[in-house]
Order: sequence, then C-alpha cells, then structure tokens
Amino acid sequence: MSGGEAAPIRVLMAKPGLDGHDVGAKVVCRALIDAGMHVVYTGLRQSPEAIAEAAARLDAEVIGLSVMSGAHLPLCQKIGAELRARHLEERLWIVGGVIPAGDEQALRELGVDGVFPIGTPFEEIVRFIRERARP
Amino acid sequence: MSEAGNDEAAPVVWESGLEIKPLYTPREVEGSGGTAAIGLPGEYPFTRGIHPLMYRKRPWTMRQYSGFGTAQETRERFLYLIKTGNTGLNVAFDLPTQCGRDSDDPLAEGEIGRVGMAVDTLADMEEAFQGIDLNRITVSLTINGAAVPIMAMYFAMARKRGLDLATLRGTAQNDILKEFIGRGTWIFPVDPSVKLVGDTIEFCARHVPKYFPVSVCGYHIRESGATPAQEMAYGLAIACAYVEHALARGLLIDDFASGLSFNFDIFGNLWEQVAKFRAGRRLWARILKEKYGARDPRSQQMRMIAGGGGGGLTIQQPENNIMRSTCYALASALSGTQTMALCSYDEAYTIPSERAARISLRTMQILMLEIGLCDTVDPLAGSYFIETTTNEMERLVSAVMDEVEGQGGIVASISSGLIQAAVSRQAYEREQRLRSGVEKKVGQNCFVEEEEEERAVLLHPYREEEAKRQIERLASVRRGRGAAAVRKALVELERAARAGENVMPAAMDAVEAYATVGEVCGVLRDVYGGYAEPIRF
Repeated sequence: MSGGEAAPIRVLMAKPGLDGHDVGAKVVCRALIDAGMHVVYTGLRQSPEAIAEAAARLDAEVIGLSVMSGAHLPLCQKIGAELRARHLEERLWIVGGVIPAGDEQALRELGVDGVFPIGTPFEEIVRFIRERARP
Repeated sequence: MSEAGNDEAAPVVWESGLEIKPLYTPREVEGSGGTAAIGLPGEYPFTRGIHPLMYRKRPWTMRQYSGFGTAQETRERFLYLIKTGNTGLNVAFDLPTQCGRDSDDPLAEGEIGRVGMAVDTLADMEEAFQGIDLNRITVSLTINGAAVPIMAMYFAMARKRGLDLATLRGTAQNDILKEFIGRGTWIFPVDPSVKLVGDTIEFCARHVPKYFPVSVCGYHIRESGATPAQEMAYGLAIACAYVEHALARGLLIDDFASGLSFNFDIFGNLWEQVAKFRAGRRLWARILKEKYGARDPRSQQMRMIAGGGGGGLTIQQPENNIMRSTCYALASALSGTQTMALCSYDEAYTIPSERAARISLRTMQILMLEIGLCDTVDPLAGSYFIETTTNEMERLVSAVMDEVEGQGGIVASISSGLIQAAVSRQAYEREQRLRSGVEKKVGQNCFVEEEEEERAVLLHPYREEEAKRQIERLASVRRGRGAAAVRKALVELERAARAGENVMPAAMDAVEAYATVGEVCGVLRDVYGGYAEPIRF
C-alpha cells in the first residue's frame, strides 16, 4: 500500500527439476501478487538455463525457486552458475520447499539469499523481499 | 420449516458449501429426496457399499506408498512391508522414471532413486519383485505419464514368470488428466495422453481383464485445493472422459468399465467425507447405468482407495497428526472403502520414517481389529443426518459436473488451465483462512506451543554411489541386450503411434527386448510432441 508510485518488484518464480508439486509455488505467487509485486511463473520442469534465461528476460529483481523433491542442492548449484553467467548473481535469490535446516548453510554458500521451508508465513517472504530486493 | 429456535446457533457450513442444520429429522430426509435411493449394499445404486457383506466378508486392504533407491533396496522394503502385515504394495517410482527419462539422461541428475524406485528396464522390475508372489500380493503402480512402458514391463514380467495375464490382478494409477491439475508428471499433450490411457484400457480389456488399468484420482485434485464436492465431481468427470474415449474406440461399456477404480482423499470434516463417498458411489452407478447403458453391476460399482491425505496434517506438533489420521481412517472405513492408506504423521515435512509408517499401518489395524468397524455393513445408513447430506452432496457434485460440462467439458477445461487456476485460487484462500484463524487448526493457529520443537527434516540421503550403480546397471543392460530386436520394436512402436493404433503390443515387445523407459517415451515424444503448460492465475 505504501509508496504507490514505485514500479512493482519483478519476481520470477520457477520450478526446477522434475518435481511436479506446484501448489506451494502457485500459492506463494498469489501472495506476492496480492502484495503488489509483478510475478511471472515459469511452470514445471524448467532447466537451469531456462530459469536463468527467463530471469534475464524479465530483468527479475527476485528469483524464487520451489523444490519439494529434495534435489535442491544439485539444482541450485547449476542454477547459480547459470545466473552468474548472465551477471544475475546480485539479484535476490530465494528458495522454498522441503528444505532440511542442515542444508541452509550449503544453499547460502551457493549464493542463495533466503531459505523458506514449507510452513513459512507469506508475510515473512513478502517482508524479506521488500527489505532486500531493492537495496 | 423447523427453523424457529435455531436462529441463535452459529451457522455451520461445510467446505463444499453445504449448510448444516443443528438437528435432522425424517422431515429433512424427505425434503432432500427421501430414502428410496439408499437401497441395499451390493445392489444398485450401491449407496451402502459395493458388496453385500462388505467388511464382514473381507476387510479393507491396507496399502502404504513406498519405494526408493534401486530395485534391490525397494525389494527389501517390500519384503519388510509384507512381513509387517501389509496386504498390498503401492509402488513409488523416482521422478526420472515418472517423467519418462532414463537414469543416464542429463535431466535425471540428482533425482535418481530420490522419491521412489528407479526403473530403466525390465531388469529393474524383475529384481524389485523377485520372490514376491504376484498372485497373493496386489501391486499398485503409481505411474501416470510413463504408464505405457511401466505397465508393459509389469505384464512382461508376469508373462516371463509363466503367469496367465488372463488372471493377473493389480492396479495402475494411470490417470493422466489429474496430473495436469496436480502432481505434474505429464509428458505428452492432453489429447494424446488420453489416447494412451485408452490404449491401456483397451489392452487390458482384451488381454488382462482382471487388472485395473486406471485409478481415477480425486486425491491430488483435492490436495491441490479442490473442495470435497469438487474432488468427487472432477474425478467423476475425468472417469467419464476415459469412458467416452474408450466407447468412441468401439469398446463395449461392460467390457472395460469394471477396470476403472478410484483414489480419493480424506481430510477435514468427518461427515462431509462420508456423504461425499456415499453420494459419489451412487452417482457413478447412476451415470454408468443411465448415461452409458452399463448392465453388468461390476461396471456400475465404484471401487476405491480412500486414504488420509497430507492436506490435513500440520508441521506443528506433528504427533497430533496421529489423531487426525486415525479420524481419516475412521471416515474411510465408515465410507465403505476397498483399500486404505494413511499419510504418516511426519509426512507434512519429511519422507516418512519407518516408525511413522508403522504407526500408520498399526492405526488401520487397530481400527480393523479392536473397535468393531467390521461388525456390520454401512453402520451410518438410515441416520437422518447422513442420508440427508448424502442426498444433498449428490446434488452438489452433479451441479459441479454440469458446470464443467457447460465450460466445454473436463478435457477442454484442463487444456485451457481453467480448473488448475480455480483450485490453486482455492488453495490460496484456504491458506489465508488458516493464517487468519477463521479455519481452526490445533497447534497451528490455536493452542500453539510457545516453543515449537525443532523438527528434523529427514530426506533419504542422496547416495551418488547408488545413482552411479543404477547408471552402470543400465549401461550393462544396454550392452547385453539384442540391439537389433530393440531397434525393430521401437520402429514398430513409432509406426503404431503414428498410425493411431494401440501402442501397447509394440511397447510390450520393446520392453521385453529390454528397451528403456526413456526410449519408449522418447519415441512417443517424437510422435506426439511435448506439453506446453497453460499458466493462469
């Protein structure tokens, strides 16, 4: 509601890997749309290249991934490389899904800025993006 | 009207939209359509169950979802499950298998054996079921997009063992339409996907008549955000789409309809679930008889697995989920299910531990053996409340089906993304109701623990070694098979697919020659193309 003149924050939401459980991704998309952001959702089974390409095309300020299968580490490793190849490493990168607490540090080392395991309140994600997307 | 004096009571409205009165009497039953359609169990329209004696003759089958890693590990798990008293197996496949990719496909990297068993060739299937009597244990294959090669492998394995396909039992999930709404393991566009389901229905009707080639899933649609009435309505509409496709091919309704079974979800209001199932059973019988002219009672009977879903479980205070799941299992038994499964109490945040999976199984066994649920058939029948809400639920489900029909039918509504958009909007709205506390969830939005214990999210550790071994095994099968036979079979598969013929015979020959899941699906992908997901909000 505040700062109505600013252009909406551009978010790319993506489902990498083969996992088809997209309720979480879609629900978070809606929460971000409701919070006034401009959200593009890639749909399922996107390759790391396709995700980075879509982020570049959108000039996304936020790149969000949803992974429920447990494959978040190998996927983020590849996606991180693709983002760097397109000079997108400074963009806010967040990951949600079934993420064990023990993997958070490893994700951060790959360049992930925020980790939101299932059950995280929407407001927390929205607040994080508002505070961090436009430094 | 008997509303005087009720004005003070707060309204009670079920998720499906039914407003519930504080008191039901014979008057409500009459007003909702009466008792004429209740009938007897085992008789049309099967409101009270599909068998005359139900659990007095045969209690429900207990079948927990399992499978991970390689075929060898999965086999060990299967043997353990059989030893602990499971009477059926529900096979989980890993995502590469489900998406029609081999373990050595670059897209499979990091996913091999992660959420289920990796199957590349018939050799894996044979290893997984070695020493398991396929006539004694009923096997359910949770496979959809890649159902053609996986079902072909299962049948080929049975044939190689010398079993008669004419008597082979079992179930494949093989409901591709719901995959476009939830779960997402589609491979091909919508229309050829339905055609492939038709191929399996036709093949089974001709060659594997005791097998259930399709288990229509309301389950995943409900988990994706549908109400119980929508779950039943979309499930029935999807089943009708398969029926109409099979009829259009020239099959006779009574030659295949009994091969269709159902998979439904249970969470939320107990009575709403019971009304949903009794109404759904009646509606399916009416549709089959009146619309499609089925005369064989088996065609009219809704056989189902009805299990406690993850949608009702909470991450907070997860032990409470044991109580929730007990109620879901109770609802399932009171609804006359054939097969039961329960999500484990830790399933909201992790892959179930062995302990949690055992508690689920024990829950079902306690209900079956200790509290009298098998004493008599359909014990809730005749309740003013249950019969009224069953009548009303039937009307609600019919209305949703009419609405879908008005939008051009279920296949068109899925192709355009209309249903997906509607259910995901509802999932969001439910999430908001839970956040605001309008919908109560103990431990999550009320009676919250100040200090919630840290939950250990356990995933099966990904073992690069196992994945590597699976890839080596695939390479060795590829080296050892007759390359010419595989080539010939795949060429024939492509020809059959392009000609619009049934692909199952060619797929059987291909997998028997040890063609891989990825090769079979690759040929079909070349013919049919890939699927472009409609993104709608």
